[in-house]
Amino acid sequence: MSTLGTVTRRSFLFGAIALTGGVAFGYYRYATPPENPLEKDLGAGEATFNPYLKISSDNRITIIAPRAEMGQGSYTTLAALLAEELDVTLDQVTIEHGPASAAYYNAAAMREGAPLPQFDDGLVAESLRGALGVVAKLVSIQFTGGSSSMIDHFDKLRHAGAAAREALKAAAAARWNVATYSLEANAGVVTDPASGRSATYGELALEAAPLSAKVEARLKPRSDWTILGKPQPRKDMLAKVTGAPIFGVDVDLPDMLYATVRMNPSPGGRVRSFDGNAARSMPGVEQVIAIDSPYGQGVAVIADNTWRAFKAIEAITVEWEMGPIPASTTEMEALHTAALDGTDSFSLRTLGDPDLVFADAARENLVEAEYDVPFLSHATMEPMNATALVTDTDVEVWAPNQGPTIIQYAAARITGFEHDKIKVHTTFLGGGFGRRIEPDYADYAIRIAQRMKGRPIKLVWTREEDMTHGPYRPMAKSRYKAVLDQNGKPKAVIGSVASPSVIASALGRYFPGLPVGGPDNSLLDGAYNQPYAIENYRIDGRKVDLAVPVGFWRSVGYSFNTFTHESFIDEIAHAGGHDPLALRRELLAAHPAALGVIDKVADMSAWSTPLPKGQARGIAFALSFGTWVAEVVEVADRNGAIEVTKVFCAADPGIVLDPLNFKAQMMSGIVYGLSAAIGQEITFTDGVVQQSNFHDYDALRISQCPAISVELLENSERMGGAGEPGTPPIMPALANAIFAITGKRHRRLPLSHEVPFV
Amino acid sequence: MIKVKINGQEQSWDGDPDLPLLWFLRDEAGLTGTKFGCGQALCGACTVIIDGEAVRSCQTLVGDVITPVRTIDGLADDTSLHPIQQAWIDEQVAQCGYCQAGQIMSAVALLEANPRPTDDDIDAAMTGNLCRCGTYPRIRAAIHRAAGQLAGA
Repeated sequence: MSTLGTVTRRSFLFGAIALTGGVAFGYYRYATPPENPLEKDLGAGEATFNPYLKISSDNRITIIAPRAEMGQGSYTTLAALLAEELDVTLDQVTIEHGPASAAYYNAAAMREGAPLPQFDDGLVAESLRGALGVVAKLVSIQFTGGSSSMIDHFDKLRHAGAAAREALKAAAAARWNVATYSLEANAGVVTDPASGRSATYGELALEAAPLSAKVEARLKPRSDWTILGKPQPRKDMLAKVTGAPIFGVDVDLPDMLYATVRMNPSPGGRVRSFDGNAARSMPGVEQVIAIDSPYGQGVAVIADNTWRAFKAIEAITVEWEMGPIPASTTEMEALHTAALDGTDSFSLRTLGDPDLVFADAARENLVEAEYDVPFLSHATMEPMNATALVTDTDVEVWAPNQGPTIIQYAAARITGFEHDKIKVHTTFLGGGFGRRIEPDYADYAIRIAQRMKGRPIKLVWTREEDMTHGPYRPMAKSRYKAVLDQNGKPKAVIGSVASPSVIASALGRYFPGLPVGGPDNSLLDGAYNQPYAIENYRIDGRKVDLAVPVGFWRSVGYSFNTFTHESFIDEIAHAGGHDPLALRRELLAAHPAALGVIDKVADMSAWSTPLPKGQARGIAFALSFGTWVAEVVEVADRNGAIEVTKVFCAADPGIVLDPLNFKAQMMSGIVYGLSAAIGQEITFTDGVVQQSNFHDYDALRISQCPAISVELLENSERMGGAGEPGTPPIMPALANAIFAITGKRHRRLPLSHEVPFV
Repeated sequence: MIKVKINGQEQSWDGDPDLPLLWFLRDEAGLTGTKFGCGQALCGACTVIIDGEAVRSCQTLVGDVITPVRTIDGLADDTSLHPIQQAWIDEQVAQCGYCQAGQIMSAVALLEANPRPTDDDIDAAMTGNLCRCGTYPRIRAAIHRAAGQLAGA
């Protein structure tokens, strides 16, 4: 726990720095972090101004974008933040992920982790303290998640760019013996208009870098932005259309060997015994070994190519012990029912006195519903993989990952090396969606590489291995009830959500041995923190411990609570005889950003114009990760099968840094959510996951993909995220549309159990 | 000794003839543009072109390959991108990008056989190529754009 103590101490230090660097307006002095991780690896003629920028004498400008590029476009937009203030074009810079370092801690995700509705500025102190105790452990952990990259870096990277620009001008001023304010910086060149002299940033870099902590800088007003707020071509696009070797699976090192693993398919189960003799005698096989890690027990093969490793691992016979989990999904569901029937619960926000209203309510004014959602796999296109090289003195890991410092912790536990002896290279990611925050694949690769000291080992999982081992989006069961008033409007709502705790499960994996208790607001996100004006309101959570590893899946708690909550709002509307869009509009009247997206999506979808027979619409709304989103789904009846024909989406993240990319993210979130809502589920039988590949865990195909239009608004006063907010509303919007066309309410995902789709 | 012509270059392999072409390309020939996704011809990430057909290289044994293979690695020539790659850039198709080599090779095979595909033609040809980032609307737009440019060229 000593390393964690260090982390916590550091977190306070960084907290203070975040405050001094967090001034958005006026002049400020760049608060240099105590450690710039770029300093120790500088080449000849290279200067670093801060953890985000290197400039070399030959005019190479390198921006560090310290978040994983997993498709969300942060690689380009993060660089744009710094480039805007540095006064360089995106064509002039190269972008690197950079090293794993506490300097790149994620502050915004911690703020998002606070158990407070995002529309509410008043603090519920008690619950805040309880949950911040959990969240603080994430502080100074470098990870990509929570739709936080832009929110986290909006100030940090602009300040870094502005301070460097002023330092470059100051260096030129000193060189030419003129006043700094008389100089101009543009497109990587400092010019003295009076004399016509000029110098490139590269020519000034070595003199300028030491000045960057001393100069004063001012951020550009938005009206002066030339890069931000405008669509930028993605800087990774060329590599991605030419098949360049940019992903983890493409890592190729001299003398490299190839490996694969087969881990116990029953979570937490041990290996009783295994026979690797047949595998050992197969061509190209170097070693067959056992793996015993906090993330699972199993076997590994090291061979001279990936295919030979795959073949050999099939030849190993293993006697598995079943893990300490309920044997089947049915048994797990029974535990959820018991949790809902029981009294052990927590709630984070209560309005009015809902129990009193229910005690007095007449039966005919009640609406009740129970909803079920399944475990889900992330199913990234690139299967889990990592490459590791272990020597007697240090460790090097190349991995498509969302948590480089989490990998450092894992490597330190395995090898006993200090963090400065553990180098993590973050490649491009073939999809992440939360799966790649997990350190399991890197942990296994390091353990395998330990057996082949001095030789790099590339570990690649089969798709089957990937699909049958979580951590999964948890299953959940929810009960909602409402009392309607005489006008058919909701007077009171009580909701209960039973689900395994993602925070408890995930932190237990990232920091084994760390006790994690208390409320988990992610279990209630999407329900307790929605801005509906319902006078008497309470959502409670019931943690269900199944010992099945669960993790962060695109939009986390919103991925299930928005489905249930927004389905239930729809049920209330229909029970009370109201148009579901009009009722939402009324309940959200206090929030202009909410009304903005609702009205916009009503416009886009021509909500008030009825559709021809055989077609229908459904709407849903969510405020998640700071972004207000309303979505309308249009469906059509094709001879008894449902076709999803159109999706309309209006989103308000306050500030749009790249409209093209933001829209692409919303589209992406919609397709990801539709895939889950229509057909995805992970189920257990005999303690083992039943699904194994895309034949029984498919995703939306191009032929099923609706036409999607997205419009963006900027009414919100806070900046919101992009990666996740598109996903939550699409699932209930689809179920609500199906109700509108068939009159049947579907309360269990995936919908394909009850609804035939085209 | 097995000989395979890939992107115009002859390569040889004296190992297992049941090695899937995918793994020959990636681990033996050093051509990593073709991606491993599922190993069961379910996702299309490993799509290459053989005899004008889009083929899943994970289910094609290297010993069975007798005609030339085209992969993403050889699609652009020394001076310019293939028009379909350019259309992908113009439409800013890729997100994570992992499936896009397979998507592009399927699109190349489609347009070579059918220079003006309808939306239904695109659905039929591309439905075997999974994308988890949801880039389908832009893939469709890029195929139409490339078709227009190839027809006009």
